[in-house]
Amino acid sequence: MSRGLIVHRAGPGTSVQDRGRTGYLDEGLSASGAADLMALHEGAALLGQPPEFAALELAGMGGIFEVTEDMRIALTGAPMQASIEGDRIAWNASHLLHRGMRLSLGGAAGGNYSYLHPGGGIATDPFLRSRSAHLVARVGAPVAEGETLPVGPDAGGSTGLTLDIADRFAGGTARIIASVQTGQFDAETLARLEATAFARDPRGNRMGARMSFDGAPFAAEGQLNILSEMVVPGDIQVTGDGTPFVLLGECQTTGGYPRIGTVIPPDIPLIAQARAGEPIRFRFIPRAEALATHRAWQAHLAALPGAARPLIRNPHDIPDLLSYQLIDGVISGEEEEKA
Amino acid sequence: MAKPMHDTYPLIRDAGLTGMLVTFAPHLSEPANRAALAFRTAVEAETWAGVEETATTLASVFVRFDPLRLDHDSLRDRLAALAGSGNWLAAPLPHGRKLWRIPVAIGGEDGPQFLDAAQAAGLDPDQARTEIAAARVRVLTIGYAPGQPYLGELPEHWNIPRLTKLNPKVPGGSLVVAIRQLIIFAGPSPTGWHHVGQTAFECFRPGSDNPFALTPGDEVTFREITPAELADIRATDHGGNGGATCEVLP
Repeated sequence: MSRGLIVHRAGPGTSVQDRGRTGYLDEGLSASGAADLMALHEGAALLGQPPEFAALELAGMGGIFEVTEDMRIALTGAPMQASIEGDRIAWNASHLLHRGMRLSLGGAAGGNYSYLHPGGGIATDPFLRSRSAHLVARVGAPVAEGETLPVGPDAGGSTGLTLDIADRFAGGTARIIASVQTGQFDAETLARLEATAFARDPRGNRMGARMSFDGAPFAAEGQLNILSEMVVPGDIQVTGDGTPFVLLGECQTTGGYPRIGTVIPPDIPLIAQARAGEPIRFRFIPRAEALATHRAWQAHLAALPGAARPLIRNPHDIPDLLSYQLIDGVISGEEEEKA
Repeated sequence: MAKPMHDTYPLIRDAGLTGMLVTFAPHLSEPANRAALAFRTAVEAETWAGVEETATTLASVFVRFDPLRLDHDSLRDRLAALAGSGNWLAAPLPHGRKLWRIPVAIGGEDGPQFLDAAQAAGLDPDQARTEIAAARVRVLTIGYAPGQPYLGELPEHWNIPRLTKLNPKVPGGSLVVAIRQLIIFAGPSPTGWHHVGQTAFECFRPGSDNPFALTPGDEVTFREITPAELADIRATDHGGNGGATCEVLP
């Protein structure tokens, strides 16, 4: 049998994702791609493979998996309880999964999107140079139970590596910059946007995340007369009822609602990973600061492969991986930017 | 930031950290849409390092770029210089456009809101039927869903408002009308537009080598068919064109 990842059990939101399909906005097709791009890079770094490789994105629910031949794997994103044949294994780490052994991933304790990366990447047929499913656009399909996903050849490398990662699984403050219609909101409304303690609303998916809050609606001047215009992931649209809605990678390409600001790319994973009820705040930063942050983030992603280090303790000895002991107290370059 | 109504056009604005938007008019007009089509072609021809993608909307050109390779001020200066280099509102349409003739069944079960739309346009049903079928409209932009065209503009009396209550679901290929525009839906969708007809045209063909049938700037006209003819087309044309024909415009 050819090299493959067997999906015995998986939740309804399971899909193949890479960095997305760019270049088709003029034809109305948004990029899609991993909801947490940082997790995609982290998995690639743990396996020493290019970040272009595709992985399996699990949307909140775990699954049971097996491989057709011995295979390196990495686990990143929203931390789940992971075990091979009942033995707990570390999250944010690479492992060797032997043929015939069952990998079980349990529901995530925090965050929305977890990633299972096979060494060599998932090798489904690309469509327009990407393997990302775009379910709203009917590109690709959710991964079905019983399916065997083809996996590319693995260039090989070590396993048992881990990465210290930026915690982004419990909400927080997203940095935003002015957007196309920010000037159509008055100063009081913009100040209120920054002062409001939002919570991620249950209504949200890979297209975007609605924010819930107490208080008056956020209204632009001339809200009803905005020409439908290109939107980008991170844009905070204010819908007709005055609710901010942050667009994510599977958003529509155009929208007619005014945009009060745009979440900068490094902070989009924080929005995507925040669960319903978790706190979100927005803070305007100048464009120069946003660019410096973006530059630092790109450098952080590029440096990830060199940051992978051996798991220093046997995972059995770690009492509770899901309490983020692997990441507590660790300051990444990105966190320094936030401080 | 100044409000658009006081701005001068073309207006260049940031759209997120990695996008810039050049807008030719505050409202859709035929010259503004033509300017956007021509300006996008011109930006593409410049092949500026750091520009990753361009696209048109109804009256704007969107430029996606890598701000770590091409800084905002440089891109803005270049776009401003290009925008100032000619009268884009008088620019000709791009070359290589196509004319599509798409069969459509109008009214009845295939267009349950046709009579309401005709009334809103102040036309009797026969006039409305004739005007929709005979309209020659341009793909003003493609968006919202992949391959989905916004077609226009229809005569002024078709400036009918969208529905106050959402139409929960129209099928893929449905023809809808509002605000002097027509849309052929790429897939099943809720809509606030009036559902007036049905085509078997697939705007987006995932899995095909040519997944996008239409390109902004293409022209579209319709040919009215009966529900029986529509069923026949569905049974025989599996390529996605739904019986449509296509020719390259001179």
